[in-house]
Order: sequence, then C-alpha cells, then structure tokens
Amino acid sequence: MTPDSQFAQVISLSDKRLVKDVPAPHMGGAILRDALPDAPFDAAATGFVLACLPDSKDPVLWIQDRMSRRENGRLYGPALLGFGFSGNILRVEVSHPRDVLWAMEEGAACAGLSAVVGEIHGAPEVLSFTATKRLALRAESSGVPLWLIRSGDHGALSAARERWRLRSRPSGPNRYNAQAPGAPMWEADLFRARGRAPGVWTAAYDGGAQRTADRLRLLPGAGDGAVAADHHPASHATGR
Amino acid sequence: MERWRRIITQHRTPPADDVPVVLARDGTHGPVIHAMNAVARARGIAVGARVVDAQAIYPDLHVERADAAGDYKLLERLAHWARRWCPWTVRDGQDGIVMDVTGAAHLFGGEAALLRDMATRFKMQGLTTRLAMAPSRGAAQMLARYAPAFVICDGETMMAQLGPLPVAALRLSDDMLRLLTRLGLKTIGALTDVPRVALMRRFSGLAEDRNPLVLLDRATGRAADPLNAPPDAQVWLARVRLPEPVIDPVPQLPALAEALCVDLARAEQGARLLRLTIYRVDGEWRSRDVVTASATRDPAHMLRLLAGKLEGIDPGFGFDLLTLEALRIEPLSLHQDHLDGSRDAGRDVAALLDRLTARLGPEKITWSAWCQSHLPERVEARVPAIAHNAAPAPVMTCERPLRLLDPAEEVTVLYAVPEGPPARFQWRRVAYHMARFEGPERIAPEWWRDKPGTRLRDYYKVEVQDGRRFWIYRQGVLGDGRGGDPVWFLHGVFA
Repeated sequence: MTPDSQFAQVISLSDKRLVKDVPAPHMGGAILRDALPDAPFDAAATGFVLACLPDSKDPVLWIQDRMSRRENGRLYGPALLGFGFSGNILRVEVSHPRDVLWAMEEGAACAGLSAVVGEIHGAPEVLSFTATKRLALRAESSGVPLWLIRSGDHGALSAARERWRLRSRPSGPNRYNAQAPGAPMWEADLFRARGRAPGVWTAAYDGGAQRTADRLRLLPGAGDGAVAADHHPASHATGR
Repeated sequence: MERWRRIITQHRTPPADDVPVVLARDGTHGPVIHAMNAVARARGIAVGARVVDAQAIYPDLHVERADAAGDYKLLERLAHWARRWCPWTVRDGQDGIVMDVTGAAHLFGGEAALLRDMATRFKMQGLTTRLAMAPSRGAAQMLARYAPAFVICDGETMMAQLGPLPVAALRLSDDMLRLLTRLGLKTIGALTDVPRVALMRRFSGLAEDRNPLVLLDRATGRAADPLNAPPDAQVWLARVRLPEPVIDPVPQLPALAEALCVDLARAEQGARLLRLTIYRVDGEWRSRDVVTASATRDPAHMLRLLAGKLEGIDPGFGFDLLTLEALRIEPLSLHQDHLDGSRDAGRDVAALLDRLTARLGPEKITWSAWCQSHLPERVEARVPAIAHNAAPAPVMTCERPLRLLDPAEEVTVLYAVPEGPPARFQWRRVAYHMARFEGPERIAPEWWRDKPGTRLRDYYKVEVQDGRRFWIYRQGVLGDGRGGDPVWFLHGVFA
C-alpha cells in the first residue's frame, strides 16, 4: 500500500461517519454545549439556549458570574413565560468564574435538575480546556444537559461536544405592524461538533408552538431570507 | 423596660436617666402605655393610660414601641434557665415565673439564701425582680406582685401576710372586681371573713378561673394547684473526646455525624441547622454552622456540607473535644426510594441547595419572587432559595426583554422632539441606527411609592440594523415640569 491510498482511506472513513442532517439541540442529549454570542449584549445566545432547554417541570440551574452580570445584564424572569419557557429557574450569582464552574459541576451531579446553564464573560484562565473537559464528562455521566454561554470570547479552546456561535438576524415580519420587529431570528453557526458536520443555519423560534420539537426550527442557508419567508405565508400579505 | 434599655444601648445613645421613658403597645383607641422607667413612675404615669394623654401632660415624654413578642420569648427562656434552682419551673402570665422549690432550698443554704441568690443572678442579667416564697402557688403569685419585696411566709403566717392585699391580687376579671368593690370586699382579709357558704352560694355558677372562692382556696392551699412544668428541650448533640490534642478534625467527623444521625433517626427527626464546635487545649472554642434546605439525617450529606467549612477553622495548638449539634430540627419520617431505584428529584435539588448555600452563602442562590408592579425592575425580586419555595411566574400582557440591565445605562439619542422614536443612538461608545421599532409603551411612576417628581417612562423596542433588539426608554417628556430635557436609557435586550 502506498501512503497516499492510506490517507485517502482515512478521509473516506471519517466522511462516512459524519452526520450531515440538521442538528436538533433542543431535542435533548446530555452533553456540554457552548453558546458564543457574536456581538456584545446580544440576547441571541440566551434565546437560543432557552429555546433548547428541555420542556420539564424540574428547575433549571442558571449560574452567572459578576462580569457577565455587568456586561450582559440579568436574565429577566417575567419575559420567560412569554418566550415559551415555563420552568423554574434557580439562580446562582457568584463573583468569580471559578465558582461558576464549581456550581455547574455540582449541578451536573444532581438528577433533579432539567438543565444547567452557566454564563462566563471574557475568557478567564480558569475556563481552560481541562475545565470544560471535566464538565463535558460530568454531563455525559449524569444525564443533565449543560450549556455554557461564553460572552466576550472568540473561540478559545473548549471540549464542548457542540459549539454554537449565535448572532441576531433581522426579525421576521410583524403581522400587525410593518414598522415593528416580529418573531426573533438568529444565525446559528455550529462551528465545532463531535460526529457531525458543522454548518450555518437560520434559527427561527416560535414559543407558542404546541410541540416542543416545532418551537425551534433550523433553516439552511443563512442570510438568504427567501427560505425563511416561505415558512411564513402571512408575510406576503403584510409585507411590502 | 430593662430589656429595651439593653437593646437600645447597643444601637444608639439611650435617653438620659432623668427623661421619662414609656413603652407603648396598641390599645383599642390608639397606643397605650405598657411599661415605664422610674422617672415616669415617679411622675404618676399609670400603666394602661393612653400615650397621647401622657404626652399632653408631660411634653418631654420619650415614647418607644414595646416588643411584647420578644418579652414573651425572653420569659420562656428565663423559665428554662431558672431550672438551675429547681426542676419545676413554668412561665406565669406575661411577666412572671413560678418555681416549685420544694426540697431544693437546702441546696442553696435555706430559703432566704435561695431568694437572695435568685435576686443576685437576675441582677447580673440586668433584670430587677420581685420575689416571694409561699406554701402555695397562688399565694406566692399574689405576694410577689402586691406585697413588699422579699416575702417568705409559711403556713402559719400566710393568712396574716395575705390579709392586707387588695382583691385585685386574685387576678379576677374587671366585672368581678367591680362587684367585689361594690360589696365592700376590698382586701383578701375582708373576703376570707365572709362565711364560705355565702361566697359559695353567690359565685356558684362561675368558671374555675374566675371564681373568687376557688382562687382563694388555691391561694390558701385548700384546693390543689399543681405546677405543670414543660419538659426540658432536648439537646441533639454528639461529642468525641480525644485522649491527645489533634489539629485535624476530619478523621473524627464520620463517627460524630453517624452518632448524631442515629439519635435523630430514633426520634424521627432531621437537622436543619448544624453546628460543629472544637474545644481547644488553650480553653478557646471555635464553631461552624451549616444550614440545610430540608431536614436531613444522612451522615454522608452532613460530611459534604461540613467539608467546605473546615478550611477557616483555627485549631490553635490542637483540640481535644469535638461536638456536633443539631440546633434546629424538623420531623423527618423514613423515606423510601422508588421501586425502580430512582430517587425523588425534589430531594436531590434540596441537597444541591444545601451544598451551594454552604459554600456560596444564602443570598447568592435565589428563586424569583413576584411583585405587583408595572416598573420592570420591581416585578421580580429574589429570595434565598434555602428559605423559600419557587413561585410560578405571572403572565405578562406586554412583551418583555430576555435580559435586563441593572441599573439601566444612559444612551445618547437622536430623536424627533418631543415624542419620536430613537432614530440613532450611541451606547457604550458604539453608534446604532434604528431599522424598525415598536412603541411607545408608557409606564407611569408609582406615585404611592416613588418620590414626588419621578418622571414617566416611554419604552421602545428598537431593532438596529444588524438585528439586535434593544429596549430603550425615554425618561420624562419635554416640558413636563419635572426637570430639564428627557434622558434616554437602555434597559434590556430582546431575543
């Protein structure tokens, strides 16, 4: 065998194992996922994470460090019900990112939680590859999905099984007022995933949908707009 | 009064000694006087008088709120503390303690010495006492309140001592007192002089605690009046004595927790507040408290909670006694896991709460509590999760942002005066152009809570060109007479 053919064999093997369909982060899977907001003070990542949280009566543990509280504000409870999320949120507000990681690990060991979300601003040293690896392993062994919102961080190393970069897109058309913003749209960029091809999708969220699976839709072809419009028949009536 | 003075001295300068001070409680027609100091008593102010009347007579009167609940608690604790003298002690009304010292006086060198000891010990606590000792409980109650202090009477002298006391000492109702006074029976002696048959006939239909004859019989010892003392509070304590002083408490903890949990399990109780104390060889002691979200008697869980607390404890040259005490307990029955082997999710969360609270502090771990308000920052309050339960969120009629800046940050805005939407704005040194907007939603100040002059807010949901959706408000309207130009703030961000 020549070295060249060996190389080709490896490529073809990995190509076969990659899943290429649309990912469904909101359909469960107890793994560690990263959500990176692309712009400062962009709630796209928060909205995406909330849309992906499982539909459960158990509380969600939501941990924030001081910097993310100051830069990105607090999660506002009264909005959640209108957004389509009805669970209880157990908040933990700590000052140092180290405590966020510790609390996430404690939360991951607790089967009574439906999910654990941690927010860390900037790329502090404690949030190293090893720390994320610990979290990822903990999530896989316990069965609690973990989300890490890393604002002000442009892709430092992470062992998260899925890494999403989120950015707000101009919203959908408003049915009653052409001047007003409508349903939220985000550009969801899955730039690293285990066992799955990365890709860019346009995410549309409808909190009022009956089934959980229908709430978050990932439409291929970000920035196109045409595909998204096809799913909103009402837009032609009220558009321009 | 003395308790008030001691508490007040810790917080602010107490009024001078020559100022009349009264404590007031709520009466039917406004506050009435509950207690007073010696100066006020010397001026002739009476307990039960209305505060406004007393203030009209003495304008320099210093009035404070009485803390009846606190007094009651103190008295309960004093009643237990008084068991140092005898085993049967019970609180008596709102202001007294009854002790049955039968067979206990000789331990303190006789009855007079016992009373002297009591007076001294209460004085050391800053409390004045009126003491009396009598063969029956009723007589002692009457003598302590109405006789000159420090009375000791025995069976022979008792009637002579009780005779001059007013009938009010019998603790009769106001109606009965008025009746007896009208009949001319003003003292106990006058009452005992009346033939028993006449009294019995006159007061036959009355309940026991209002019947003057029954009360009199109890005082003179003719009727039985036993003392029903509450049991001692049980102490949930496990201790380890060490033959040699050691520095590290960790190896001793499993045995301690195990012993405490066995005790708790026998009584079907669980601990809510634990205290670990080490007694050092130099006579000092150090302690650490751990609070739990739900009652527990799981040794492993206790150990995990205590493990985070041990770093700051200073063992000095070592310690030779270690105690673990459950200071607050709650009933906790046996609990079985589900048949499929899974555990109750709520208990898992409670255990998680304990661990988080033990390390981070109770204020950091919160549930949301909801308030009826229109102002966005007032709708949601946070309560410590260790002490409260989660409450379901209210349904909001208007769309609200997912994240809220606290406090709102000021932005410079270009807008059509006076009430136009923000066309351009600059926030954190970045300029944004409005693409679409929704609003305004006007939120008026809450006049019943805010300061006068607080300005209204007009909220706009603004989508900028790159797609972010901000929540911006203008504080005030041009020419509303509440300050100069309106100021704009960025308050939140939508998904």
